[in-house]
Amino acid sequence: MSFVEIEGVGKSFGPNAVLKDFNLTIAKGEFISLLGPSGCGKTTMLRIIAGFESATTGRVRIGGEDVTRLPPNKRHIGMVFQAYALFPNLSVFDNVAFGLKVAGQGKAEIARRVMELLELIKLPDLAHRYPYQLSGGQQQRVALARALAPSPRVLLLDEPLSALDAKIRVSLREEIRSLQRELGITTIFVTHDQEEALSMSDRIVVMNAGCAEQIGTPFEIYNHPRSRFVASFVGTLNALDGVAVGEGVAAIDGQTVAVPGLAASPSAEQFTLALRPESVSLSPRPEATNRLNGTIEDVSFLGSVVRIRLRIGGSTLLFDTFNNPASPPPPRGANATVHFAPGDLQVLESGPVVLPEAAE
Amino acid sequence: MKGSRLGPTIVILVAAAYFLLPLMATFEFSLSMIRGVWSFEAYRVVFADPEFRHTFTFSVVAAVAAILLGALLVVPTAYWVRLRFPRLRSVVEFITLLPLVIPPIVLVFGYIRMYNSSSLVPLTATAGGTNVLLVLGYVTLSLPYMYRAVDTGMGAIDIRTLTEAGESLGASRGRILATVILPNVRAAVLSGAFLTFAIVIGEFVLASLLNRPAFGPYLALIGTNRAYEPSALAMIAFAVTWACMVLMQSLGARPAHKARQRR
Repeated sequence: MSFVEIEGVGKSFGPNAVLKDFNLTIAKGEFISLLGPSGCGKTTMLRIIAGFESATTGRVRIGGEDVTRLPPNKRHIGMVFQAYALFPNLSVFDNVAFGLKVAGQGKAEIARRVMELLELIKLPDLAHRYPYQLSGGQQQRVALARALAPSPRVLLLDEPLSALDAKIRVSLREEIRSLQRELGITTIFVTHDQEEALSMSDRIVVMNAGCAEQIGTPFEIYNHPRSRFVASFVGTLNALDGVAVGEGVAAIDGQTVAVPGLAASPSAEQFTLALRPESVSLSPRPEATNRLNGTIEDVSFLGSVVRIRLRIGGSTLLFDTFNNPASPPPPRGANATVHFAPGDLQVLESGPVVLPEAAE
Repeated sequence: MKGSRLGPTIVILVAAAYFLLPLMATFEFSLSMIRGVWSFEAYRVVFADPEFRHTFTFSVVAAVAAILLGALLVVPTAYWVRLRFPRLRSVVEFITLLPLVIPPIVLVFGYIRMYNSSSLVPLTATAGGTNVLLVLGYVTLSLPYMYRAVDTGMGAIDIRTLTEAGESLGASRGRILATVILPNVRAAVLSGAFLTFAIVIGEFVLASLLNRPAFGPYLALIGTNRAYEPSALAMIAFAVTWACMVLMQSLGARPAHKARQRR
């Protein structure tokens, strides 16, 4: 049962289109992330759902109601902004109460609801403070409480964690997620941080140049990226140039590797193979029947992890090994052989096979 | 340390002398109406003159009206321009600066031509109508200061995001303007109000040519006919203007103060 439906939404500012034919249906209670680099149209999409921008084409429905032409203050949405946007002249209490006052609720009811929300964000003692007396993390939690107070149909989060420092960012994203689960509120979250999107979302929409490149669960997006863009934007990508030399066999820099599901291509077409850093190891494993030889170009010792860059012909392969006190990392310039399983190689969309459709 | 403070101290002393010496001289002169002794005789004469009270009250009321009307005109305009028509900002700014370029004498003759007793809007036909016209003229004169102050105040807060936050919570634009934007630019509105007050209290050209009993023409009249009273008047006007400003400042600051102490 879809709760938010986005149908063929497009947006142009003059001659340049920032959104092209965007389609998405969101179930009630789902947490969806719009993930992409800056300028990909993700914030524009969110602002169209909020009503701050009007779509050039297409329509948006919330709970079956067409809201495409509805002004933002009639949409019953809650929004959290990157810059917090708390009302500086109002106390925490009055900020959270703002939406309830607008809705014309009684004084006692407002006080009860505001305190309930302040308990929820664990700041009940700060009701009388003013925004300038709060830290960034506290301000953003108050902004969240303010957005949730009038029980909106949809919660929209526009990069709410970007302005915070790393530690608070991680704790607040867990807090937002658990709050969202607890309240069961349909949530759309805009971010350029793949880690945030992967850790918080039910589904991720990876956006590029105004289009949805791939829609899927974090697991699907990470493990079965459908395009080179998705693969490179989500996680660390090793893109290896390969040539199909037979059914299920490709050549990378003249070394043959097994690629399950690869169709034989008579034209010896070039395509891109993706390999995640964590599936590669220096030591042989029984299932890792594929191997590639190369020269070690760089070794970074990061503590628990050692990151190694291997040159294989025209491609580089980045992979991690765990630190082992018993054996020091290999020196630069040494020859090395890496091992990985055939199933870990992904043929990206431009290749001769199409991956199994990621469920939508 | 002492040497480095010497320069600034001298500058402050010189600036203070520049400002305070004429004031002290005027004050000294206003006390010497009775030959040989210092007395407040000039002040007594001034306060005893009913014209003084009438004209001063008239000008204060006109100033307050001009401030209210000006704020009512400027705050929504500046808000709307910044929010919806940022490209029009330079145009609006130019329009609001026109009163600095066009002399008040031109303005008032224009008014008299436009609103004389045989025109479509015969404001000058009655005393009340002329008062309205005078206040409107004061709004125009104070426009450059009022608009600048308010526009700068709005530039200091992120009115776009605050408006969007308000809208996402269901509030209308009018409500956002009244409950979110206005309280946050109150200091700017007040500084615009101070300037308006200062302009209106001493304004001569408009009041004189529209023949209204304002303080400016009264001051000029006394100045040409008397010796000691003008000095006393100048001191009184100075004191009252400053007192009004202090009053407005404390009144303006009160709501925030109260909010902070509430609950």
